[in-house]
Amino acid sequence: MYKIESKNVDFYYGASQALKNINIAIRPNTVTALIGPSGCGKSTYLRLFNRMNDLIDNIKITGQVLIDGGNIYERGINVDSLRKNVGMVFQKANPFPKSIFENVAYGLRVNGITDKKFIEERVETSIKQVVLWDEVKDKLKKSAFELSGGQQQRLCIARCLAIQPSVILMDEPTSALDPISTAKVEELIYEMKSKYTIVIVTHNMQQAGRVSDTTAFFYMGELVEYDNTKTLFINPKEERTQNYITGRFG
Amino acid sequence: MRSILKNDLQRVKTFYKKFSERFIEGLLMLSSSITSLTVVLIVVFLFKEGIGLFNQKPVEQGYVIAINKNNKVKKLSSAQLKNIYDQKIAHWSEVGGTNDSIVLFQMEDISNYFSDEQIGDQLQNLPTCLNKLLDSLPNIIAFLPEKYINKDFKGTILDVNKVSLADFFGGKEWIPTAKPSAQLGVLPLILGTLWVSLGAILLALPLGLAAAVYMSEIADSRIRRIMKPLIELLAGIPSVVYGFFGLVIIVPLIQKTFNLPVGETGLAGSIVLGIMALPTIITISEDAMRNTPRAMKEASLALGASKWQTIYKVVIPYSISGISAGAILGIGRAIGETMAVLMVTGNAAVIPHTILAPVRTIPATIAAELGETSNGGLHYKALFALGCILFLITLFINLTVEFISNRRKYNKH
Amino acid sequence: MINELKIIKSKRRNQAIAFFIFRLLSYSIVAILFIILSFIIVKGVSVINWNFITQMPEEGMTKGGIYPAIIGTLYLVAGSMIFAFPIGVLAAIYMNEYVKDGIAKRIIKQMTNNLAGIPSIVFGLFGMSLFVNKLHFGDSIIAGSLTLGLLALPVVIRTTEEALKAVDNTFRQASLGLGASKWQTTRRVVLPIAFPNIITGLILSVGRVSGETAPILFTVAAYFLPKLPTSIFDQAMALPYHLYEISTSGTHIEESRPIAYGTALVLIIIVLIVNLLANGLRKYFGNKVKMN
Ligand SMILES: Nc1ncnc2c1ncn2[C@@H]1O[C@H](COP(=O)(O)OP(=O)(O)OP(=O)(O)O)[C@@H](O)[C@H]1O
Ligand SMILES: [Mg+2]
Repeated sequence: MYKIESKNVDFYYGASQALKNINIAIRPNTVTALIGPSGCGKSTYLRLFNRMNDLIDNIKITGQVLIDGGNIYERGINVDSLRKNVGMVFQKANPFPKSIFENVAYGLRVNGITDKKFIEERVETSIKQVVLWDEVKDKLKKSAFELSGGQQQRLCIARCLAIQPSVILMDEPTSALDPISTAKVEELIYEMKSKYTIVIVTHNMQQAGRVSDTTAFFYMGELVEYDNTKTLFINPKEERTQNYITGRFG
Repeated sequence: MRSILKNDLQRVKTFYKKFSERFIEGLLMLSSSITSLTVVLIVVFLFKEGIGLFNQKPVEQGYVIAINKNNKVKKLSSAQLKNIYDQKIAHWSEVGGTNDSIVLFQMEDISNYFSDEQIGDQLQNLPTCLNKLLDSLPNIIAFLPEKYINKDFKGTILDVNKVSLADFFGGKEWIPTAKPSAQLGVLPLILGTLWVSLGAILLALPLGLAAAVYMSEIADSRIRRIMKPLIELLAGIPSVVYGFFGLVIIVPLIQKTFNLPVGETGLAGSIVLGIMALPTIITISEDAMRNTPRAMKEASLALGASKWQTIYKVVIPYSISGISAGAILGIGRAIGETMAVLMVTGNAAVIPHTILAPVRTIPATIAAELGETSNGGLHYKALFALGCILFLITLFINLTVEFISNRRKYNKH
Repeated sequence: MINELKIIKSKRRNQAIAFFIFRLLSYSIVAILFIILSFIIVKGVSVINWNFITQMPEEGMTKGGIYPAIIGTLYLVAGSMIFAFPIGVLAAIYMNEYVKDGIAKRIIKQMTNNLAGIPSIVFGLFGMSLFVNKLHFGDSIIAGSLTLGLLALPVVIRTTEEALKAVDNTFRQASLGLGASKWQTTRRVVLPIAFPNIITGLILSVGRVSGETAPILFTVAAYFLPKLPTSIFDQAMALPYHLYEISTSGTHIEESRPIAYGTALVLIIIVLIVNLLANGLRKYFGNKVKMN
């Protein structure tokens, strides 16, 4: 049984095609890395899974995207509930201009949870999961903007965890972070695997190698190769993959 | 020889180029200083005339108030004078004199006391007659042209208080042409202005904000592309046309609906001003909402928030300072608007108690009355003082908006 | 699970209600605009004909045309723009191309903003005391034009500034790099690129000026003149003032209603033309710039 499947997915921004016939199947509780040169469509593909592209005018999608066996682009799908199940962490930390506590509680509140005790507990466990609790437990009421960039990004991951999604999408989550914060986030990803299915976009080959089980290489809107991470890095079948991971173009 | 000449020519050329650059820069600088100069000049001219009001007596120029010389009263305020002539004050005791009733006298009353022969066909005996009159009636108060007062005048020329700030801002009556003493209380005008503007903003704010939210967050780009120019059109319609529309449609409608004697009311003004304030509110707050970073909205949606939850929990809080700037500027627009209000509010200078009664605003007062005043006179100056008030209010509003938007910039970092 | 369904439902319902209200309110604004426009168009269209715009008023404004008011407004628009347009453009050039960010710029900006916020009736007061009384122009086209010009100045400055800001900095750097002076760069490179947008600003200020009433009440406007003005020191009639007068005062308000509708329609037509022209220009040149 696959957690996520995409079948013959084409995607268009207006008239220009950004994704061409993408077929991928992702097992539950794995980390999948999406790699490829800038503009090849990684983000576009990632944002299909929580229908974030819907916000853009003039888009068109054909084919099927299945999560837990159901087509998420079917008519009558509730997008809010889909997004509650498929969390997302962005490239740049984007906390709300609210307190640290309210940032994490936000997802619970908008999903109709009002029980104060429950919210407090969930906020605490989520922050603890991202190993941020000791750093922020005394200033939960302070603005999230007072945290460092790395702390903010971990807070955003905690915010995502609080609504207990089963899939987590990450779009270059460490590209704006220093090495130490990056290491912390990577460690986190590795630990989260047991509970979540994770798809991560990264430009960092080492990172893909370190955290992911499978890797997909995109090139100009096409899926060139999709395989076990080790196989793909050590023994790629395609020359384009070989060229990219050895840095011959990019 | 030739090369020297060439050198010189070159030097002249560079000099010319440098000079013309300087000259142009000076010209540009001059142009850009014109707005500042204008603001300064407006302040100077407005306040010179406006403040001059407080150096004047409210009695018409060339006239005096005279009483019998044995009367203890030496000074009267403008309001007291008016009440005396309105016969609301009937006894000297009420203004610090004896317990006798006041005898009013104006020039028209002269025939009650003297025959035409006594006065003379060239009015040559008028001063003597007036003199006699003032001498013989101990309780008289007379409003007289100064020119009929001769040197051995037996009455006392009463000292009338100058127009004071307290009278001006605290006075409840605005009758600048009242005789013998103008009533220059701006309270009804200020309240009228605030009243109408408040009503306008109460109407315009919900509508305007809804449109701003709809255009920036809900409608697709096609509808937005249609609505945007329509809002601009709404902003472009001249205020007389709004006034005219109000006059022929809204005023009769109000009169019929509420069964009023006249439809020209504060409500009519509020409705027209509300419509006129819409474009300001919509454009500014829509701009502010559009400036909400996409990352912020996406973060909210990615957590399962609905579009509506994202709007009221993220977009509106994020753009609240822009939205308030829009609202405040909308109020400013309403306060300063002249023609439309002048045409639909009925212009009664009384303190408003209901939105269904005529009111009069500061700008409408200036527009309606400035044409009737004599240049430099009391009334003229009073209207300039109104202009000063208006100027200060709008300046205050501008600075507030400036302050709000600066704070927003600071918050973003 | 049931609870969750309930929450989803209520989220949906709230959103549907909220969006419905917003849509309704927004459309009602559009409806208001259409009511105003169509009312004036319907009532005015039967009044407007060639005679209406080319004849003098007759019989106490109850018959005849509005020719002198149209001419007066034309004079005032031209006069105010001759004054405000060059100064406004030069000022904007100075602000955008010459001064560096700092105190001076902040002050000028603030002052321009303040000027823009001053109500038009205050301009009227000012124009009367400065141009009419102090400078002894009397009620005259020149006094009215200058007053209107001052009022339009911030509009011209702001739109020009925006036009200049939209010019990509690389153009300036390229020109300066070739040894051109600042003014040469501005005149030969920046202004031609910004020109369409500057003209749009000019058109918008024409629209604004042609409809203003309060500033001309005491500086130029006359209720009725038997002759057209012959010099800039003459009084003039003007469309907005004409509409105001014939709809609110005089003894023939009812009889002159048709004339009022016609005048209002002429004003609306001016606004429509101005907006269409400005939008058209923006679109036309916007596309052109992109294509290059
Ligand atoms: N909103 C949009 N409208 C139109 N085209 C877009 C839009 N977003 C992306 N594109 C185009 O789609 C293609 C894929 O973009 P995408 O952002 O998915 O690339 P990416 O692989 O994530 O690149 P990067 O590594 O730089 O983030 C690019 O050519 C881009 O120009
Ligand atoms: Mg990307």
